[in-house]
Amino acid sequence: MNWQIELRRVGKEYNERPVLQDISASVTAPGVWTILGPNGSGKSTLLKIIAGLLTPTEGEVVYLHNGERLNAQQRRQVVGMVAPDIALYRPLTAIENLRFFARARGVRVQDGDLLSLLEQVHLRSRAHDPVATFSTGMVQRLKVLTALVHRPPVLLLDEPGSNLDEAGMEFIRHTVRVQAEHGIVIVATNDTRELDYGEPLIQLGA
Amino acid sequence: MSRSSSWAREALAVFGKDCLLELRTRVALGAVLLFAVTSVVASGFALAPPSGVAGEVKASLLWVIVFFAAIAGLSRVFVVEEETRTADALRLAVSPTGVFVGKLAFNIALMWALCVVTVPLYLLLLEVPVRHWSLFVTVVILGSTALACATTAVGAIVAKATMRGALFGVLAFPVALPPLLVAIHATKAAWLSEGGWRMATGDLQVLVGFMLVIVPASLLVFEHIWSE
Repeated sequence: MNWQIELRRVGKEYNERPVLQDISASVTAPGVWTILGPNGSGKSTLLKIIAGLLTPTEGEVVYLHNGERLNAQQRRQVVGMVAPDIALYRPLTAIENLRFFARARGVRVQDGDLLSLLEQVHLRSRAHDPVATFSTGMVQRLKVLTALVHRPPVLLLDEPGSNLDEAGMEFIRHTVRVQAEHGIVIVATNDTRELDYGEPLIQLGA
Repeated sequence: MSRSSSWAREALAVFGKDCLLELRTRVALGAVLLFAVTSVVASGFALAPPSGVAGEVKASLLWVIVFFAAIAGLSRVFVVEEETRTADALRLAVSPTGVFVGKLAFNIALMWALCVVTVPLYLLLLEVPVRHWSLFVTVVILGSTALACATTAVGAIVAKATMRGALFGVLAFPVALPPLLVAIHATKAAWLSEGGWRMATGDLQVLVGFMLVIVPASLLVFEHIWSE
């Protein structure tokens, strides 16, 4: 299956202040690409536009599957995203969060399946604890799991290594490697530890 | 693991998630019940016989209490997603229709829970003689559902506004007033009128009609508001 994402002259303004201007790029599965730039250069905004969370002021982002253009509903089903400002439900437990996102995505799962997934990210023993009690690294691992619970071909990661120790970084590296075998991974970062994830796609604020 | 796809499934997931969150935090239920029970008890002490307050006034007061309790709790279902930064996770996983219908179902359930506690307490403390019980129960169900639809619609519209408190008040007044007035009129018919169902049929039709208009209209607007 051939997945492709095209950014066609994408621009974004907030209150007439341009954040992104005339950005064009194209990526095809499988592979990993990075969006680089300093803080405030618009990396997160661009990633949200790619995810469909923001509408560009100019241009468009097109998802193609075997040459066929996807609509908004179809795009939602093929994207998973992890970002610092996308939170999980803190009063709910790890397994409740995972169960909700799986059911919302239309994935029929048993609790045994969810526990197996939590085992993969070393969270099985904390499956029934509220997310509010988790460390930053544990929350990040759970976020990655919820983003991948519907097995999307496109994974978008915004500053995935922020506040993570070396073990957390290794988990992210492993996730990127596995996902890149069959799908598209786009990483927005200015962390030097993440620059080698893939080919630079876009350099912002340069 | 297998997959299915429909807004009904999404709405069910959102409804279940919101019920679970409410059971854990009791934020909306606490706000709604605290206001409603306090108001009913205070009204009971002040207006119970032999105060001589007319049934018409008691019918109005019941729905005013229910309305303000709804405003206190139901309007926050969308705002809370923005404030806890879970809104984008919801946008990524669920269609706007699934979100709206799930939140509406949750608000209706909350409104019914409010009425189950408040209305019997009100009837008991204010010693209201109900002539037509079946009509009264129907009015409470339809009236509370219509108010839930109205507050959900307005809550959805103002969720991303910066001055949402003021905007909610301005928008809620014209949207919630028609079902409120009709519910009061139908309640008076159930409590006081000889005519009962015959007197209230028009009111019940208006309540159903209101819901049939406000829900689809809100859905159309919500899709654009929720997306950005």
